[in-house]
Amino acid sequence: MALDAPKPLVLSNARVIDPARGLDAPGSIIIADGTIMAAGPEAANQGSPYGAEIVDCKGAIACPGLIDICVSVGEPGAEHRETLASASQAAAAGGITTICTMPDTDPVIDDPALVDFILRRARDTASVNVLPLAALTKGLEGKEMAEIGLLKEAGAVAFTNGHKSVKNAQVMRRMMAYARDFDALVIHHSEDPDLAGGVMNAGLNASWKGLSGVPREAEIIMLERDLRLVGMSKGKYHANLISTSESADVIRTGKKRGLDITAGISINHLTHNENDIGAYRTFFKMSPPLRDEDDRQAMIAAVADGTIDIICSNHDPQDVETKRHPWAEAEDGAIGLETLLAAALRLNHAEQVDLVTLLGAMTCRPADRLGLETGRLAKGAPADITVFDPDRPWVLEKSAIRSRSKNSPFEDARFSGRVLRTVVAGKTVYTYS
Amino acid sequence: MTAKDTHRDSPFPHRHLLGIEGLHPHEILGLLDRAEEAVEISRQVHKRKQVLEGRTQINLFFENSTRTQSSFELAGKRLGADVMNMAVSQSSVKKGETLIDTAATLNAMHPDLLVVRHHAAGAVHLLARKVGCSVVNAGDGPHEHPTQALLDALTIRRHKGKIARLTVAICGDITHSRVARSNIILLNALGARVRVVAPSTLLPSGITKMGVEVFNDMREGLKGADIVMMLRLQRERMSGAFVPSVREYYRYYGLDAEKLSYAKNDALVMHPGPMNRGVEIDASIADGAQSLIREQVEMGVAVRMAVLEALAANLPNN
Repeated sequence: MALDAPKPLVLSNARVIDPARGLDAPGSIIIADGTIMAAGPEAANQGSPYGAEIVDCKGAIACPGLIDICVSVGEPGAEHRETLASASQAAAAGGITTICTMPDTDPVIDDPALVDFILRRARDTASVNVLPLAALTKGLEGKEMAEIGLLKEAGAVAFTNGHKSVKNAQVMRRMMAYARDFDALVIHHSEDPDLAGGVMNAGLNASWKGLSGVPREAEIIMLERDLRLVGMSKGKYHANLISTSESADVIRTGKKRGLDITAGISINHLTHNENDIGAYRTFFKMSPPLRDEDDRQAMIAAVADGTIDIICSNHDPQDVETKRHPWAEAEDGAIGLETLLAAALRLNHAEQVDLVTLLGAMTCRPADRLGLETGRLAKGAPADITVFDPDRPWVLEKSAIRSRSKNSPFEDARFSGRVLRTVVAGKTVYTYS
Repeated sequence: MTAKDTHRDSPFPHRHLLGIEGLHPHEILGLLDRAEEAVEISRQVHKRKQVLEGRTQINLFFENSTRTQSSFELAGKRLGADVMNMAVSQSSVKKGETLIDTAATLNAMHPDLLVVRHHAAGAVHLLARKVGCSVVNAGDGPHEHPTQALLDALTIRRHKGKIARLTVAICGDITHSRVARSNIILLNALGARVRVVAPSTLLPSGITKMGVEVFNDMREGLKGADIVMMLRLQRERMSGAFVPSVREYYRYYGLDAEKLSYAKNDALVMHPGPMNRGVEIDASIADGAQSLIREQVEMGVAVRMAVLEALAANLPNN
């Protein structure tokens, strides 16, 4: 055992949920050397390793630590909004043990040396796992291919053009083909930038507000294009943030055709709709825009039936400089690391999505898509674990937000479900007090 | 050298050489056997054989190419022809003259042999239909470059004694390469096992049906290869449109000693030139013991002599 290895830990008297094997049963989790020795009912009466810390979970849920596939951090370039350190503290408080960082920083993460920078900064400052996503195109300009091979070797886990779509279909086709040669996953924000144009969901609401609209078709058309290109290139594709019922239909059809595709959604689009914008509250301005209630319901159904594979926070810290503007001039984006799990539990409390499916969309399914060994309570896997009480009520107070930026659409929101303890590689990085 | 001269006198019943496509294996072998004789002639002090005496050969190059043009020029001169070089790119095309106009002008000069290089696929075929002489394709866009494939085959045969059943890995920009297309056809016609090695962005669609095995991983593609044939990557294709960067291309598709070690111990390395050292090939390999690159140039002159001689035999009044 290394000198700095955490001491053994036993999480006893827990309700153990391991979505990877469909497990939801009373039991324990035994952790030593930073890895899982045993988890579930079979671990309940196994005793404990010498010198172990024993935590009585008192019936709370213990599940794999959450993996958030889409997290923007201000480091490098906008450390005043968020650093890897502050983001990791927010993540730990939200039960997230792995964050995948978006490459849309300044400079853009499109060079192997910058991937290395993120990994070193994370090693030195972050309390959760940080997995860098690298740029799909140089400077995220959608014109020239980034060095997929070298970036992957440096440690990039997937490739994305950030919150910008690759508009040129020829470029996207070649990127997909080239990425496939390296078995690299392409994560895409599918929204036609010309058609999108506007600043909120197109429709009656936008018309009354006097705001230009982003039609749903901007997303659907780009998604349909992308899946045709996936068919040509046979690449691995993840639609990062879908928001309309037709998008879910497109994904369903694509999966039936045997394409290697998955779909994701931000928690905001599962818990809010365009009516929440109210009096031009810019914390609800995001891309894709919040849609109407029918779309939100369709999205929840798509999570429940597995069409949507992955739920992410789409954490995007913005400060007053970028948010306190008239709606049309304000930046997109909302923070979400600390509220991802609590907000997602709303879908379970509303009896719309069962807990194993819901947690699976934030644990084993992103892990499988990225080829990670975390996201499951398997023997020998890294001991990344979240313990939470699904029913404990709490209110998100702005002053308690750990992120450097406070642009949460959940400010003053009431939640049922509180993270009690977050464990990363056997080390407790957060406890609720 | 143990070349069997059984095909030396096999007929070559073609007016033009527009591509390898359409040639019978015995015709290809016939040209290679003729070329063996040309090698001997070229190595003598008196490098002359007057089979083209009185004939006029025009080298019509719409695209600059120092080595191919001088190779054809030398081949024609060694056979006694009057050779004229016309570089068209700078002159008449810019003045708006069409390919057909050029053909009419050329006809008036009564050439016997016309060697053409053009940047557009099919341009040489168009010209061949409009002129009264024999036409040799010296490269038409990404379509064919038949004399390059012939010189490659001659070089391989002189070292391996055969073409059949050899494993030849063609590596690099297959999509834009006339050398690759001509070689794929020729090597298949003579019974070699042909592989292509490239990132998907440099492979034409339908490549799996072109008679080759396709590899995206160069080490896999070179395993057990007898011949490693490198292709030039144009500089404008290295900066993001097809390949992200020179350094990434070199890392995964540049031929260095480590990657070459996957091929057979006696594998030979070829390149049609001009080379980008440090892009598709490491300097130590390009100039190393396994390299045939300089010999390819010598064989180029010999093969072109063979082609000109074979075509001249079919010229009227011969």
